[in-house]
Amino acid sequence: MYSFDKSRLDLAREFKANPFGEHRPDLQYLLNLMRRPDPKRAHYVLMPRQWGESWTLAVMEPGGVSPPRPTNLVFTDAGEAEWHVFKLRWAELAGEELPFD
Amino acid sequence: MTRIMGYCDRWSARPGDTVNFMVSCIGAESYEVEIVRLKQPEAGPLATPFQPERVASDVNGRYAGREQALPIGSLAVVPGHPCLEQLEAATLVAYVMPTTPLKCRQALFGNWCEASRTGFGLELDEQGCLVLRLGAGPGTEVTLASGEPMRAWRWYRVAATFDSLSGCMAIWQEPVPRHGFDLDRPIHRSTESGCPKCRSSNALTFAAWQSGRATGPSAWGGLQFGQHFNGRIDRPRIVEGALDHAGIAELMGENGLAAIEDELVAAWDFALDISGEAITDTGPNRLHGTIVNLPTRAVHGHNWTGCINDWTKAPEQYGAIHFHDDDIVDACWATDFSFEVSSALRSGVYAAKLTAGDFVYWVPFFVSPPRGEARSKVAFIASTATYTVYLNNTGRFLSSATEVYQGRVTVMDEIDSLLFEFPAMGLSTYDRHSDGTGVAYASRSRPVHNFRPTGRHWNFNLDLCIIDWLEHLGGDYDVITEDQLHEEGMSLLAPYNVVITGSHPEYDSLGMLDAFQAYLRRGGRLMYMGGNGFYWRIAHHPTRDGVIEVRRAEGGVRAWDALPGEYHHSFTGEYGGLWRRNSRAPQKLVGVGFISQGFDKCSYYRRTEAADDPRAAWMFEGVEDELIGDFGILQGGAAGLEIDAIDARLGTPPHALVVARSENHSNTYEVVAEEVLIPHGATDAIINPEIHADITFFETPNGGAVWSTGSIAFAGSLGWNGFDNNVARLTTNVLRRFADDEPLPWPGLPKTGE
Repeated sequence: MYSFDKSRLDLAREFKANPFGEHRPDLQYLLNLMRRPDPKRAHYVLMPRQWGESWTLAVMEPGGVSPPRPTNLVFTDAGEAEWHVFKLRWAELAGEELPFD
Repeated sequence: MTRIMGYCDRWSARPGDTVNFMVSCIGAESYEVEIVRLKQPEAGPLATPFQPERVASDVNGRYAGREQALPIGSLAVVPGHPCLEQLEAATLVAYVMPTTPLKCRQALFGNWCEASRTGFGLELDEQGCLVLRLGAGPGTEVTLASGEPMRAWRWYRVAATFDSLSGCMAIWQEPVPRHGFDLDRPIHRSTESGCPKCRSSNALTFAAWQSGRATGPSAWGGLQFGQHFNGRIDRPRIVEGALDHAGIAELMGENGLAAIEDELVAAWDFALDISGEAITDTGPNRLHGTIVNLPTRAVHGHNWTGCINDWTKAPEQYGAIHFHDDDIVDACWATDFSFEVSSALRSGVYAAKLTAGDFVYWVPFFVSPPRGEARSKVAFIASTATYTVYLNNTGRFLSSATEVYQGRVTVMDEIDSLLFEFPAMGLSTYDRHSDGTGVAYASRSRPVHNFRPTGRHWNFNLDLCIIDWLEHLGGDYDVITEDQLHEEGMSLLAPYNVVITGSHPEYDSLGMLDAFQAYLRRGGRLMYMGGNGFYWRIAHHPTRDGVIEVRRAEGGVRAWDALPGEYHHSFTGEYGGLWRRNSRAPQKLVGVGFISQGFDKCSYYRRTEAADDPRAAWMFEGVEDELIGDFGILQGGAAGLEIDAIDARLGTPPHALVVARSENHSNTYEVVAEEVLIPHGATDAIINPEIHADITFFETPNGGAVWSTGSIAFAGSLGWNGFDNNVARLTTNVLRRFADDEPLPWPGLPKTGE
């Protein structure tokens, strides 16, 4: 059974270099683990400020009982937004932040 | 917070028609209306600038804002009747199956009114226990509860008696025997502590209690309703006088109605008129009624044996109605303004742009030429059926499950957020009701979040990229709709040399498929400009415009699955689900069919040897590139999102040419569920060679032809680099040839061995 291994920094580097498209199986396992549905857990959405140009990271609370809560994080590159969410989830799984940005 | 939203009463209009608009405005005293023609979507810096064209109209201007409520939740209702008003002693009986018994107080049936505290009613309390409630006004109310919770998804025979002369009340809550094992036991409670004379002229309702006059929109009779029940009710009956347990058993037995004939007040048979909205009383008083907000019919009742799966063959086993607290078929809003379509208005895609403060909301509609007339050789057919089925797709925002299969964080703008600010906007057929059952009915008569020229590039919004391309070519096209196709059949298409679909014409009725087929057999040309088209079978409501049913039967990529035995549409009785399970796989019509989906990154097509075949070479004139569509506003390529491939087994014509085939799709592209009979690991595009989009061409008899792109993302590449690209060139070549009067030569049968 696949389990998270915080020593696999190579997977984080691979995702940072290529957030969309083909991934190696171990990275795909990790992404599936990070994105696994959990009805009790909040998840992230991106709210466009200008379509195709900039996005605000927002949090959807579980249950769909309220609109997304925007954070103060704005991205002008969709890949950078994905990378930021990846880092947040890595920190949640590892209990510590990634050693690189 | 300022919000504005609305809807119109018709999506398809012709000169002489009037389109009525209903608007709700919150947080602003007034709002601005502007009728515009839509020539492209708002698609960001890499696309044609978004420039809706203002239409001169008396309708344009500023209007006083008002909030209009959304009367959500289904029920059935019978107008008040003297025979109900005069009941001083009665027996109420029904079979019920609660699906969320612990939700809150929930009405079963009776003429109880929350506001006046009058009438009689059977209901569930907050613990899911059966309760009889009686009242003659404030302070007179009495109840009797079973004290034992019902279980979700379990059928019970429920009964109650009351006698205001003797003061006796009794209830029975009895599980209906079924296969399996559980600890349920029959419950009986009674009291002689007195009960009021609950005479009332109230309407009788099922699955909701009336709560007085509505101050705004009302789903029925100017009343507002609450205490909505989630679950099923089957063969409710009312008898004058208090029966004992044996009498109740006899009433609900095979010859019960005859045995209790003299005392019978009403016996509703929900198995009658399943396709419509009437509920029929087979008793002597004919207390007929109507369903409200379209609860689900053609669902099995307490006596379904599992041996028959088609309600039309054994309607007596489908005598239940499934009510939901989140059903809504019509917001019933008052009209705020009306737009008359003049004969001078060109055919096209239009919208009412509503602006309140900084908030902008769009209500699109389509204008077609007069019936039987064509103003062009080219028609774009708007996928109105598919747009409808997707309306208010709430589930995609509710969890990271969407992110798993899409391979990227979900994007959600402030209009999408309306779904969570105003959940009474209702759901889509991609969602589940609050009790977990799939949403089978879609309706347009309510505000929606995803039918607009802004936001996610999907369906309507993405189809505007095709309109953008047609405008770039000079704007010589008519707009027709799938609604009209269903209604008018092939005669709608016949005047056109070529018909162009949207990017995702996924849902079709039998009439729509027959019309396309007949058109192609008579020399028509079809440009299928998308992916995952002609996939699901739908049924249109027999009388309501814009109400469509989907039964997500066995097989297919689907957000929910219909319950066993409930695969047949209630509106038509037709077997629902995939067209490929109904002998009409999309490959038979357009050469290709759904093979995979992925949403993280789009790819390109590689030209094949068949592109040089003299039958197809004309379409590549001026296209020298090996790779087609390695660009686009949708994740960087023309091949992606949902893609289609040829399959001779499913009906791709033997003479079809695949002139370009996509490759290099990512991990998120998994082969569709209906192709994986035995689960295995080799299902994603990295290792599954079956996953590709095929640009496919074939001729049809009498000079017709089909050209299919097999990809939703294709439309997003047309406008790249100011339309100076190989996708636009290829597609324009096809359009020009297909629009030409010269028949496309029929190639004849392939030689043996080919």
